Amino acid sequence: MIHSKDIKESKDTRSGFGAGLLELGKQNKDVVALCADLTGSLKMDAFKEAFPERFVQAGIAEANMIGMAAGLASGGKIPFTGTFANFSTGRVYDQIRQSVAYSGKNVKICASHAGLTLGEDGATHQILEDIGMMKMLPGMTVINPCDYNQTKAATLAIAEHQGPVYLRFGRPKWPIFYPETEKFVIGKAWQIKEGSDVSIFATGHMVWEAIKATEELEAEGISVDLINIHTIKPLDNEAVLKSLHKTKCMVSAEEHNRIGGLGDSLAQLAASSFPCPQEYVAVNDSFGESGTPDELLVKYGLTAKNIVAAAKKALARK
Amino acid sequence: MSETKRLQEIASQVRRDIVRMVHAVQSGHPGGSLGCADLLTALYFNILDHNPKDFDIKGNNEDVFVLSNGHISPVFYSVLARSGYFPVSELATFRKLNSRLQGHPATKEKLPGVRVASGSLGQGLSFAVGVALQKKLDQDSKTVYVNLGDGELQEGQNWEAIMFAAHNKIDNLIATVDFNGQQIDGSVEEIMGFKELRTKFEAFGWLVMDMDGNNMEQILEVMQEAKEQTGNQKPIVVLMKTEMGAGVDFMMGSHAWHGIAPNDKQLQDALAQLPETLGDY
Repeated sequence: MIHSKDIKESKDTRSGFGAGLLELGKQNKDVVALCADLTGSLKMDAFKEAFPERFVQAGIAEANMIGMAAGLASGGKIPFTGTFANFSTGRVYDQIRQSVAYSGKNVKICASHAGLTLGEDGATHQILEDIGMMKMLPGMTVINPCDYNQTKAATLAIAEHQGPVYLRFGRPKWPIFYPETEKFVIGKAWQIKEGSDVSIFATGHMVWEAIKATEELEAEGISVDLINIHTIKPLDNEAVLKSLHKTKCMVSAEEHNRIGGLGDSLAQLAASSFPCPQEYVAVNDSFGESGTPDELLVKYGLTAKNIVAAAKKALARK
Repeated sequence: MSETKRLQEIASQVRRDIVRMVHAVQSGHPGGSLGCADLLTALYFNILDHNPKDFDIKGNNEDVFVLSNGHISPVFYSVLARSGYFPVSELATFRKLNSRLQGHPATKEKLPGVRVASGSLGQGLSFAVGVALQKKLDQDSKTVYVNLGDGELQEGQNWEAIMFAAHNKIDNLIATVDFNGQQIDGSVEEIMGFKELRTKFEAFGWLVMDMDGNNMEQILEVMQEAKEQTGNQKPIVVLMKTEMGAGVDFMMGSHAWHGIAPNDKQLQDALAQLPETLGDY
């Protein structure tokens, strides 16, 4: 088990993306990067400097960026598009739907500043619906890594995958706990800790909160089966059902609207295969607002404390 | 037989295919298809350097054509089949269940000749610019062609792509605009007009050419000139004056035949005006 007190280092997940992209540039000459005027924010500068001929500055024109990425992919390139999560999804949904997903193009849509934790910019930029939009597209792989290391590993892994991918990460510095050497397998959940009383399935930044919650619950004698679902689609059904068979109740935790996110994917699986009590830790169908990331997570109920309460509630409903 | 005459005869058959396909399922878009029949015939039977018998969706080392205004799928499917991408008999499956010939072009059913889905307007130019970028990166000297509707230029994404292509000197790209002046709700000038489309493109930094899109001789001449202008640091657009419904008298002169099918009598009237030159499917 990871102990939160042993975790000393923090970095932003977007920097994991930037580091992964740079490495890909060296490994694979077909990798190209496109950015809509947010090169610094997306940490794509290093790639741009190292491979200027393979970097496309699209300007503040995201629809065209997605279309161009589809065209580049069509001829055999592996394009990675970079902008904020809001402008990577909602703004360009139809372009992704028709030119990328329906057309089966090998485009990697890489989205930073997802969720509430982008902070002070407020709700215009804090998209909480992107996982839902992306997972509804047939053939789309949806990944929300939990820390710097996992984001870097996921960035490397998606280049090897043939097909469109939505990779979602964030802005704030966040504790690093995913083993640096761990190979990232798309669609394979990461079992952080085995337990028998309650399953906690967490994605993205909420995995850190789930680790702290697990420590609290264990201290109270509640055995937690803690699983990181980094790939929301395709969901690792086998890992989820194996866990539910042990614990018979679950908590889902995500920095997303409770409608359409990881929790709903889990509920759908459980309803058809192994119905059991579930508690959601997610944003309750609302927009965000300005504030520091920590303040926002508290106000919107996305902390370890909320996960602890949800776990006890789920346990009581067994 | 002159090349112009040969292509005109093929175009006549393509027009027969269009009205027959749309009539058979009583749905589809004959007007714009007929208007672009001459251009697409010229492209697929003369201009493009392509491999119909050995279709590779990547299109490396061959010219790539992108149909952005996907609703004119009947003309696209006809020239693809007639030039050898798939059997002509398959045109009979247009818009039917389990067909590879979807209402709007798609890649999911793996129809040879189609490289991207289109139908939701305004996306084809961006895709074509992407293919042009890929060709430049790969030192592939072939050309990318893209056909756009005039009404379609109301979609803002086009202007993002138009800006990008000029700024980045995408000079291995030739766009054609099907300027028939009509869209679903009326004339383009009435709905949301362009006034000076030429000066708009010029102001954005494109090389602009004009052509009568229903005059085969002129199409060959202007498209050849356009081809000669590639590699000169500027994207190229050919503003192509066409007549919606061209070739079928009662379908011409208005937007009425944008998206409706002829009845039995109208089909016969139309076919009587279009010589069967290659044999109906």
